[in-house]
Amino acid sequence: MKRLFPYPLLSLALTLLWLLLANSLSLGNLLMGGLLGWAIPRVCRGLWFTDVRPRHPLLLAKLLLRVTGDMLWANVQVAALVLGPVRRLNPVFVEVPVDIRQEMGLTLLMSIITLTPGTVSAELSEDGRRVLVHTLDEDDPDALIESIKTRYEKPLMEIFPCSPS
Amino acid sequence: MLAIVIPICLALCSLAVLLTFIRLLIGPHQPDRILALDTININAIALIVLFGLWLDSNLFFEAALLIALMGFITTVVLAKFMTRGDIIE
Amino acid sequence: MNPWLEGLICLLLLVGSLFTLIGSIGLLRLPDFFMRLHGPTKATTLGVGSTVIGSMLYFTTQHEGLSLHEFLIPLFLFITAPVSAQMLCKSAMQQRLGFIERTRGKPWKP
Repeated sequence: MKRLFPYPLLSLALTLLWLLLANSLSLGNLLMGGLLGWAIPRVCRGLWFTDVRPRHPLLLAKLLLRVTGDMLWANVQVAALVLGPVRRLNPVFVEVPVDIRQEMGLTLLMSIITLTPGTVSAELSEDGRRVLVHTLDEDDPDALIESIKTRYEKPLMEIFPCSPS
Repeated sequence: MLAIVIPICLALCSLAVLLTFIRLLIGPHQPDRILALDTININAIALIVLFGLWLDSNLFFEAALLIALMGFITTVVLAKFMTRGDIIE
Repeated sequence: MNPWLEGLICLLLLVGSLFTLIGSIGLLRLPDFFMRLHGPTKATTLGVGSTVIGSMLYFTTQHEGLSLHEFLIPLFLFITAPVSAQMLCKSAMQQRLGFIERTRGKPWKP
């Protein structure tokens, strides 16, 4: 099993992707999806640098729900800010120190920052320890840093722990 | 009800494309223009999905997905070219 | 067609189009590049997401069988929107684009 599917999650995702693209659950499509899920990871084996294994699937689901909720709320807020008087906006560049080291977790953190309330992650420092965040309207940058760290970074650090290597 | 709402939605999205096009024309910098192009791509996806609903056809999905793929690649390549002056170093 | 379902689909489509429009208004109205970036990356992704969910509901109920493949579009957009936003931000910082004066903090030197 391990030799047949070196990356089980990737195989599963590829099969699901094929089924969604074909938009059917017929036997032929299931076989084709399975074949792709088996072949693509094998062909690409040399290209992968780290094998990502998320822990705590429940926590991951909770985080996804939280991000979805924040995103909906953020959209309403940003819509109100955009339509309101522009002069009252207080844009800030905030430097957020990050502790998460795992690459996938860091990528997800930056994506989440961009997708939620009035914030865009602008750049990651060379050593990967600070993220520059631009916010559309924020009075208290420290509160923003705090909320990013507790709401998103902490669960992500548990889901993607540092690999021992 | 859908017969009334879909044309309204199409009008709203077209207006969005128009506004974005003004930004594309006035600039004032290159990143502004690329951002406007990216936004036009996303608006076009919404327009195509709405048009598929209007014609009651499932065939427009592939077009929308292709535009999403191409739009992303275009934006990244343009941004990279602007930053580095080259695409593949 | 069930009037409640039709109403829900109409609502989703209207919300989607409105957010698409708001994203473009933001792009046109806000004063500097970094602020303009906020409009499209958020409002438009939700706009397309909501429109697509409406379309998914319509095709699932009107034609036989589950129609989930439209879901690939917002999935793809949610993965790519942050990447393109960050690439654009990087190039803007590298070109030292100006920002309005009351912005606190400053971008890093490229």
